[in-house]
Amino acid sequence: MLNTFMVYVENKPGVLTRVALLFRRRAFNIDSLTVGRTEKPEVSRMTITVDADHDQARRIEANLYKLVNVLLVENITNQPAIIRDLAMIRVAAAHEARSHVLQLASVFRARVVDVAPESLTIEITGAEEKIDGLLELLRPYGILEMVRTGIVAMRRGSKSAGVLSTPENTAEGLATVANDDVSYSV
Amino acid sequence: MTDSKDTPAASGKKAKTTVTMTGASILWECLEREGVKQVFGYPGGAILPAYDALKGSKIHHILVRHEQGATHMADGYARASGDVGVAVATSGPGATNMVTGIATAMLDSSPIVCITGQVGSKLIGSDAFQETDITGVTLPITKHNYLVTHASEVARTVREAFYVARSGRPGPVLIDITKDAQQSTCEFDWEAAKPQLPGYRPDLSPAPAEYRQALELIHNSKRPVILAGHGIIISGAMREVRDFAERAGIPVALTLLGLGAFPASHPLNLGMMGMHGEAWVNHMIQEADLLLAFGMRFDDRVTGNLKNYAPNAKKIHIEIDPAEINKNVKVDVPLVGDLREVLLELMPKVESIDRSEWLDHIDQLKGDSAVRDIQNLPDSGHLYAAHVINDLWRQTRDGNTIVVTDVGQHQMWEAQYYKHEHPRSLITSGGLGTMGFALPAAIGAKVARPEAEVWVIVGDGGFQMTMCELATIVQENLKINIAIINNGFLGMVRQWQEFFYDRNYAATPLLNPDFARLADAYGIRSMTISERSQVVPAVQSAQQHDGPVLINFKVEQEDTVYPMVAAGAALHDMIRRPSPIVETADDE
Repeated sequence: MLNTFMVYVENKPGVLTRVALLFRRRAFNIDSLTVGRTEKPEVSRMTITVDADHDQARRIEANLYKLVNVLLVENITNQPAIIRDLAMIRVAAAHEARSHVLQLASVFRARVVDVAPESLTIEITGAEEKIDGLLELLRPYGILEMVRTGIVAMRRGSKSAGVLSTPENTAEGLATVANDDVSYSV
Repeated sequence: MTDSKDTPAASGKKAKTTVTMTGASILWECLEREGVKQVFGYPGGAILPAYDALKGSKIHHILVRHEQGATHMADGYARASGDVGVAVATSGPGATNMVTGIATAMLDSSPIVCITGQVGSKLIGSDAFQETDITGVTLPITKHNYLVTHASEVARTVREAFYVARSGRPGPVLIDITKDAQQSTCEFDWEAAKPQLPGYRPDLSPAPAEYRQALELIHNSKRPVILAGHGIIISGAMREVRDFAERAGIPVALTLLGLGAFPASHPLNLGMMGMHGEAWVNHMIQEADLLLAFGMRFDDRVTGNLKNYAPNAKKIHIEIDPAEINKNVKVDVPLVGDLREVLLELMPKVESIDRSEWLDHIDQLKGDSAVRDIQNLPDSGHLYAAHVINDLWRQTRDGNTIVVTDVGQHQMWEAQYYKHEHPRSLITSGGLGTMGFALPAAIGAKVARPEAEVWVIVGDGGFQMTMCELATIVQENLKINIAIINNGFLGMVRQWQEFFYDRNYAATPLLNPDFARLADAYGIRSMTISERSQVVPAVQSAQQHDGPVLINFKVEQEDTVYPMVAAGAALHDMIRRPSPIVETADDE
């Protein structure tokens, strides 16, 4: 099954390589990996989805923690979470097709971000299934180009926000939370 | 942190703790403060500023003949002493030559710090002369590594590197320092350069519930076995393991790297497990109802086929590295933490249980093994490696001896026929199985413990991989005894060809130089021995000689290590030495 991990790492050169290499080294296949800044300049955050069973997911978590630059790992697979993907889709849309495509985009609350004589470029944000749904409907018109960012995720409710909004929300603060979180019971 | 820079009034008094130094000088200063007395290294262009600054340091530099040797020496130093070993090399080829030694240290959790020069920071990425991305190359084989591009980063990096290398599950750390970072200057302030490792947590401990579950399993077990690994030695838990085993009445089986963690002469010590372990030990593990894994990682060489490994046993795994839990063997109770601390916590609650029935059964399992033991072969004039090693053990057993072995048949015979009473009395490459390890690792061991009697036991194949370090021994005037177990073959590979490749000895016969004359060329005293009666006198003569000695033992060419669990076979499914032993001799 697909597991989704939120991984907080030190914002230092080479950290992405270390994380990516870990998955290759331990023969786990990354489905999607995004990385970006957070509200703390010294902390970057990754959202990683990977196909793994329960035991494998535990080992991925343990191995991530072995990386010196990793601050906190949260497996949010079975947690209430907001998960978003972004896609840009260039779809063939000339003549009468154009209005149909515009209608579909509107129904999906997607935005047209570029208009050309023979095509429209649509930007859509949402859960992966929603984007998959729009793609399915646009396919008959001819998808000329498509790119997706991969998902970013955030836990619902206050737990994660609490972690991040404490005054001691430094890298050390995160690591302390991580210590409390880790249990190896099976 | 000092604030002396901000308070001019304090300057002139002792409050000022910073001085301006080059990155190179800071490097040596920090190494000294970390307790380093010797480093093993080889100079070159990109590390020259550091070598130039060495003259102001108390650290003794040992010039090696190949950078791989430097890393094995640092590793041998670490394993003999428990302290961090240090290796130094230049950029590019110097750094890449270290790779095998780093991987060896990684697989055997040995704390070493490798320092490499790097081309100037402005040249990085330009394919400059002797430029290699060594931090990239060593990412998967270091516990952590660093690229340092400013003198101001040197102090903190060195402190972090030593801390990471020696804490938690130890391992190798590499520091790559650009030439300009070595040359430029900055304020040096040791106190201010404290490690900043917010994500690094080497000090985990189990939950109370996990202790309770473990105790329940222990108290309900009728046929328990302790699997004693390298972690006992790293954790310094020899006393605790012994107390635990005695109190709970549980027999102890050892991994290769666990040898010495539990005294060989102890009645509860059963011997080595695994591919070339004692037959009764493997049978016992298969019959056990509880395995207590102490600082070991269920390597494929100790488990055999995982599908039918210890099928009736519950498993308790005491292990400092959480990523080892459930990696190869699914365990019932993991206790993640430092072994010594976990055992101290567990001990007061362990009940003393009479397990004489189980221990008697194990005695029966030993049964016919003695008859198959090569030691019981009448002296037929053949010189067997097992004889050499057993005689060597008899001659050195009372002293402060460190045996350093290479990889292959002689390594397994050493494990079987040299009885280790003390931790850190055997140094060998287990996980990576690195041929060429023994000679340089022995140099590191001798440097770490000059009062110890150091014996290298090495095959004729592995010896030739790093024999250039004979020159290092002579240059450093180190009293090291070298026993070459010379069978004219890559013996272990030949054994696999004998069993599994229809005796097609492809590329395993060796045409060797005359090792005695080779030693002579280095000014090392040498002997060649081919009869059993000469073994003990040769060993005694080596012990009495002041300088290094090399003994070329010409042993039976096509001898075989028994028992053997074939790769992929179940642990109890062993190839045994034909019984009675005389059959083997007639085979020749």
